[in-house]
Amino acid sequence: MDFDVIIGFETHVELKTDSKLFCDCPVDYDALPNTLICPVCTGQPGALPVLNKKAVEYTVRAGLALKCTVNRLSRFARKNYFYPDLPKGYQISQYDKPFCEEGRLEITSGDGQPYAVGIKRVHLEEDAGKLVHSSDSFEASEFSLVDYNRSCVPLLEIVTDHEKNPLRSTLEARAYLEKLRQTLRYIEVSDCNMEKGQLRCDVNISLRPKGSKAYGNRSEIKNMASFKAIGEALEYEIARQRGIIEGGGEIFQETRLFDEAKHLTLPMRSKEDAPDYRYFPDPDLLEIELPDDFVDNIRRSMPELPDQSVDRLVGQYNLPKEDALLLTRDKRVAGYFSACALFVQDRQRLSRWIIKDLFRLLKKSSLSIAQCPVPPEGFSELVNAVTRDEITEKMGRQVLEEMFERGVSAGSVIAEKDLKPIRDLKTLERLVDEVIAENLQVTAKIREGSTKPMDYLIGQVMKKTRGKANPKELAKLIQEKLLG
Amino acid sequence: MELCDRTASELARLLQKREVSSREITESVFRRMDEREEKINAYITRTRELALKLADQADRRYRHNESLSPLDGIPVAFKDILCTKGIRTTCGSLMLRDYIPPYDATAVEKVLKAGAVLVGKTNMDEFAMGSSTENSAFGPTRNPLDPERVAGGSSGGSAAAVAAGEAIVALGSDTGGSIRLPAAFCGIAGIKPTYGRISRYGLVSYASSLDQVGVLGKSVEDCALMLGIVSGHDKKDATSAHTKTPDFLRSLNKGLKGLRIGLPKEYFVEGLDPGIKERIMAAVSLLEDNGVHIVEISLPHTPYAVATYYLIATAEASSNLARYDGVKFGFRTRENVTDSIMMYELTRSRGLGKEVKRRIMLGTYVLSAGYYDAYYLKAQQVRALIKADFDKAFEEVDCMVTPVSPCLPFRIGEKITEPLQMYLVDIYTASLNLSGLPGMSINCGTIKGLPAGMQIIGKAFDEETVLRVAYGYEKSIYR
Repeated sequence: MDFDVIIGFETHVELKTDSKLFCDCPVDYDALPNTLICPVCTGQPGALPVLNKKAVEYTVRAGLALKCTVNRLSRFARKNYFYPDLPKGYQISQYDKPFCEEGRLEITSGDGQPYAVGIKRVHLEEDAGKLVHSSDSFEASEFSLVDYNRSCVPLLEIVTDHEKNPLRSTLEARAYLEKLRQTLRYIEVSDCNMEKGQLRCDVNISLRPKGSKAYGNRSEIKNMASFKAIGEALEYEIARQRGIIEGGGEIFQETRLFDEAKHLTLPMRSKEDAPDYRYFPDPDLLEIELPDDFVDNIRRSMPELPDQSVDRLVGQYNLPKEDALLLTRDKRVAGYFSACALFVQDRQRLSRWIIKDLFRLLKKSSLSIAQCPVPPEGFSELVNAVTRDEITEKMGRQVLEEMFERGVSAGSVIAEKDLKPIRDLKTLERLVDEVIAENLQVTAKIREGSTKPMDYLIGQVMKKTRGKANPKELAKLIQEKLLG
Repeated sequence: MELCDRTASELARLLQKREVSSREITESVFRRMDEREEKINAYITRTRELALKLADQADRRYRHNESLSPLDGIPVAFKDILCTKGIRTTCGSLMLRDYIPPYDATAVEKVLKAGAVLVGKTNMDEFAMGSSTENSAFGPTRNPLDPERVAGGSSGGSAAAVAAGEAIVALGSDTGGSIRLPAAFCGIAGIKPTYGRISRYGLVSYASSLDQVGVLGKSVEDCALMLGIVSGHDKKDATSAHTKTPDFLRSLNKGLKGLRIGLPKEYFVEGLDPGIKERIMAAVSLLEDNGVHIVEISLPHTPYAVATYYLIATAEASSNLARYDGVKFGFRTRENVTDSIMMYELTRSRGLGKEVKRRIMLGTYVLSAGYYDAYYLKAQQVRALIKADFDKAFEEVDCMVTPVSPCLPFRIGEKITEPLQMYLVDIYTASLNLSGLPGMSINCGTIKGLPAGMQIIGKAFDEETVLRVAYGYEKSIYR
C-alpha cells in the first residue's frame, strides 16, 4: 500500500530577551542554579506576572517573518498541571487567542521545488524550571533538584498546520526545521542553540492511504532537541506505523518517547490518559491589544530574512545561487561576505575563497565565523592580491593559513616569507636562459613545433623561483626566446 | 476612653500636637490584646517587639517634626493574606503555617512607608474562603460585641481587632464580601474599593479577578485616610489601574444635597432580616432629610450573583492554589511517599482545610473539558450581564444603598455545616466583586445589641461619592 505521511511540528524556542517573560530576573543559561529567581518566577504566594514587552515584540517579529496574521487582540491562558519544575502549578501560555496565526515558511522540497509549509500559530508562553535528577531518570532517582533559573524564560511555540501544506516526509521535516532555525536566527529573536535546549520539538506523525482524505490517528513524540533524534524518531515512527497498518492493525492516538540510545520510540501515554489542562484565560493578565503602530514599527524594522539575503547576493553581486545559498546559511557569514565585498571587486572569487578556503579553516579549528581571526579587511587584501596576480592561488592558501593561525595581515606574510612574485624581467630572463641551457633536447622539440613540453619548461623555471613567477609571463618569455 | 478605642484621625491630631506618643497608643493596643485576645482570637501573629520599635521611631519623627503621614505612629493590623517580609503569612492555613514571605505586599509597603505601626497579622477564613472566620486553621475569631457569635469573614480578624480596640485601623481583602460583611457584623466601617484601585501584588490570590485589598476602621474618615495611602497604580500588578488617586479626605465634606441614591428593589426581597430592612429604611429617610433624592432602581440579574460568584471564584481558586504542592515552600507531608504524585496528594490532603478542598474540587470541575462552556463560560456571560445592570442603573443615580448581609451575626457553628446557607450570606456583596465596583459597609444601628450593616455602592473609581454619603450619614447620626 502507498501512504501519505503527515508530520506536524510544535517547536519551542527560547527567546533571547534580557529579562524573563513575567518578571525582571535576567536570562542567563550559564548562571549558577537558583541565582536568577524572585517571588514571581518561583511562584511565591501573592506574586503576580507582568508581561515583558520585548518578548511580545520578538513574538510579533517571528510571526511576521513566518508571514502570519498578527491578532489585534490576544490573551494568555493558564495550562494547569502538577510537576515539580512548574512552580505555580500552571504554566502561563496562550490558548484561544495567540499573538499570531495562519502563516507559512517556504522550504525547498525533496524534488527541489519550493514548498510553503503551513504555519498554524505562533504563541508566547513561559518556560518551566529544570529538574536535575540524582540518577538517569526521575523515577530511578533517590532525589531530584530543581533549578528555577529557567522558570519564566520566554518561550515561543510555533505549530505547523495539519491541513494546509503539511510536512510530508522526513526530508521536508528536516528542511523545515533548518529553515525555521535559520529564520529565527536571522531575525535575532533566539540563538536556537539545541545543545542548550533553546530549541526543542514535539513532533506528531500520521499515515493515510494515498489519495485518502481522512486523517489517520497520530502519535506524538515529545521533547526532542537534536536533528539526529528527530530524523531517527520520524523514520522509526513512519516505519512502525506502516508496519502496523500493513499488517492489518490499527494506530491509536498516543504520546511516545524517543529513546536515543536504542533508536526507537516507546509508548508514554494513550489518548485516554491525556491530561485535562483546564485552560482558562489568566485573570492576572489583561487582554492585550496590539496597537497598529506597534506592529507597523516591527514590520518596518524587520531584519533581512534568509530568502531576501539570497536574492540580494545574487542580484547585487551576481553570485551563482548555489554560492548565495551557502553564504547565507549563517547570517554572520553573509555579513562577512558583504563586508569584504566593499573592498573586493571580483565577488565571485571572493565567494569561492570564503566557501572553499575560509570554511575549511574554520571547520578545522571548530570556530564560528564570529570567532574568525581574519577580519574582512584582511581577507579582502588577500583575495585582491590573488586577483592582481601578486601571488598565486596556491600561495594565497598558504598565506591565508598563516593569517588564520597567527592573526597577521596578508601583506606582512607575503613580505616576511619573501613570497612577492619576481617581476624583474632581467632576473626572469636569466632564469629562462638557464633552463633552456639545461634542457636542450626539450627545447629542440619546441622549435620543431611541439607545444607540449612548454609546460615542463615553465615548471622548471617556477621551481627556480620557488613559485614566485607568473606562469603566463614565463610562457611568453620562453616562446620569445625559442621562437623569436 | 482608652487610646485604643479612639479613631486614627483623632489619634493623628493628638500625635501631631504631641499630646500623646505612638508608644502610648501602641501599648494601649497591646494591653487591650492582653485583655481580650484569649476570647476573641483576632490575631494569628502579634508583633509586639517590632511594634514598639516602630512606635519609638515614629515618636522620634514627631519630635523632629518629620512625621511621614497622618498614619505615622498609628497601630495597624494586616489580614494574614498580605505578604509581610520576614513575618510569617499563613492565610489561616496549616499549609502556610511556617511560611515567611521574602517580600512585602505593595499595600503593606505603602502603609509601613507612611509610618504606621504594625501590631500583628489577623485571623481569617483559610485562603479567604468563608464568611465567618470559622474556617481558620488557627481557630475561629469571635465577635467582640458578642463572643458567642461570629465576626463575619473572611477578614473577621481585622474587623474584630478594630472593633475591640486591638488595632486602630486594618487592611483586609474582599473577594465576595470579605471586608464588608465582617465590618457589618462587628459594627465598624469597611470599604472594598474599585477593582484595580489598590495593587494586589503580595495579596495571596484566592480568585484573581475578584480579589481586592481594602480597609477597615472605626469611622468613615479613618477608611478615607487609609484608602488614600494604599491606593495607586503599581507596575507589579498588571490589573492595577492607571487612575490618579483623589484626595479622599477632602471629598468627605461635600455634603449630601442633590445626590441621587438608588435602592435596587431586588435587594429588599424575601430572605432579608426584617430588622435589618427597617434600620436601612430609617437610614434612607435620614439621608432623604439631608437632601438626597431616593430612586427605586432595578438590577434584574441579582438572583444569579451568588451562583455566578461561586463558579468564577472556585475556578480561579482551583488554579491559584495549585502552587501549594509541598515542593518549594510551606507544608509538606512527613509520611513516606513513593513518588511525587503521592507527595502532592498527601501534602494537599493534610495541609488544606475542608472548605478549601471543597472549593478546589468545585473549581476543577467547573474548568474541566466538557463542562467549561456550561459553567465557566456561562458564568462569565452572566457576569457581563450583572455588570451591565449596574452600568444601566448608574445612568440614573450617583450611588446605591443596600443591606450588607441578609442576616445578623450568627452563632459560632450555626452555619458551618451548611455550606449553601453560608454562601447565601454573600448575596448582597458578591455582585460588586463580579462588577468590580466599590462598596462600603457602615453601621446603621443595632437590633438587640447586634449591629446592622448598610452598603453604599458607587460607580467604578468613584469611591469619593461612596465615602461622601457614608460620612454624611455618620455625621447626621452623631449630630
